[in-house]
Amino acid sequence: MGFGRSERGGRTAPAEPVTLKILVAGGFGVGKTTLVGAVSEIKPLRTEELLTEASRPVDSTRGVEAKATTTVAMDFGRITINEALVLYLFGTPGQDRFWFLWDELATGALGAVVLADTRRLENSFAAIDYFERRSIPFTVAVNCFDDAERYPAETVREALDLDGAVPVLLCDARQRESARDVLISVVEHAMRSAARAPADM
Amino acid sequence: MTNRWFDDAGPVVRPYAMTRGRTRSSAKDAQLDLIALVIADSPDAAEPDDGSAAAGDLLPEEEDKLLADHSFVPEHFDILALCRRSPLSVAELAAELDLPVGVVRVLIGDLVEAGLVRVTRPVPPAELPDESILREVINGLRAL
Repeated sequence: MGFGRSERGGRTAPAEPVTLKILVAGGFGVGKTTLVGAVSEIKPLRTEELLTEASRPVDSTRGVEAKATTTVAMDFGRITINEALVLYLFGTPGQDRFWFLWDELATGALGAVVLADTRRLENSFAAIDYFERRSIPFTVAVNCFDDAERYPAETVREALDLDGAVPVLLCDARQRESARDVLISVVEHAMRSAARAPADM
Repeated sequence: MTNRWFDDAGPVVRPYAMTRGRTRSSAKDAQLDLIALVIADSPDAAEPDDGSAAAGDLLPEEEDKLLADHSFVPEHFDILALCRRSPLSVAELAAELDLPVGVVRVLIGDLVEAGLVRVTRPVPPAELPDESILREVINGLRAL
C-alpha cells in the first residue's frame, strides 16, 4: 500500500529500522516515567492526544461524557538497539478512564511492564486485568520505594493472584540496570508466551 | 494541577485549524501507529555528501512549490525537515513539534499523499516479531 521499502540508486542506505514498543503501566505516581527515563537514551518525551467528540470511539464513553475535549499525555522514551532495531517505551496514561487510548498503545506492543507499589497494590489491578484480558505478555515489577516495606516477590504474586507464568520482579525504577532487567524479563516472557500459544489473541 | 484544566482548554481548537478541521487523514491507512517511522528521502540522497546543503533543508524550488500549494502549513515543512535528518516516529514528531498526535497524523497523511514522505509499518497487531528479533532486543538490552 505504498509503504514498501524503496531503494535509492546504488546507495547503501540502511534498511528501515524495525520499531517495537513496550508499555509501562501502573497507577499514578508509581514511577512509570522514572523507569522510562532510567533506560531511555533520550530524555522522556511527552506527547499529547486531544480527545474530542469527533475522535472518540463510540464504545468508550465511560467517564468522559461531561467533557467535549480533554488532553491525555503519554511519556515515552527510546532505546536504539542497533541501527535496524529501535525499541520505544510508552508510559500509559495513569487515568483509568482512558482505556481506549490504551487500545491504540497496546496494539502491536511486544509486551508490558506493570509497575506496582506495595503500599498501593490495588492501583495495579486495572493494568493487570487489561493485559491479561488481551493476552499481552507482562511482567509485574514492584518498585521498591525507600520508605515502603519490602515483600518477597512470591508474596506479591499471591496478593495479585497472578498466573504462575507471569514474572514478578522487585526493582528500583531509578536504576538503569534494574529498569533494564525488567525490560529483559518482559521480552523473555513474550518469547515464552509466543512459543506456548501461537497467535491467538 | 488546579490551573491545568483551564490552561488545557486554550489550544484545543487551534491545532486542528492547522489541519483545516480534519481529524482524520484522507490518506489510506491513516491510523498511523505511534511508532511508525516517517521517512523523507533527501532529494540529494543519491549523491555523495559534500556538505553543500545542510541535511534536512528543503531545496528552494521545492519550498516554492509547496508554498504555492496553499494546503500546506509551516508544520508540514517542519515535519519534512525533521524527517530528512533522520527517520522519526509519529510520537517523536508530535513531541518535537509540541502538537497533539492526532494533528500530526493528519499532517503526515498529507505529506504521504503528496509523495513527500513514506511511512514504515510496524509489526502488525497480534503478531510478535521474529524470535531472532526478540533475541536481538534481549542482547541489546543486556549490553546497556
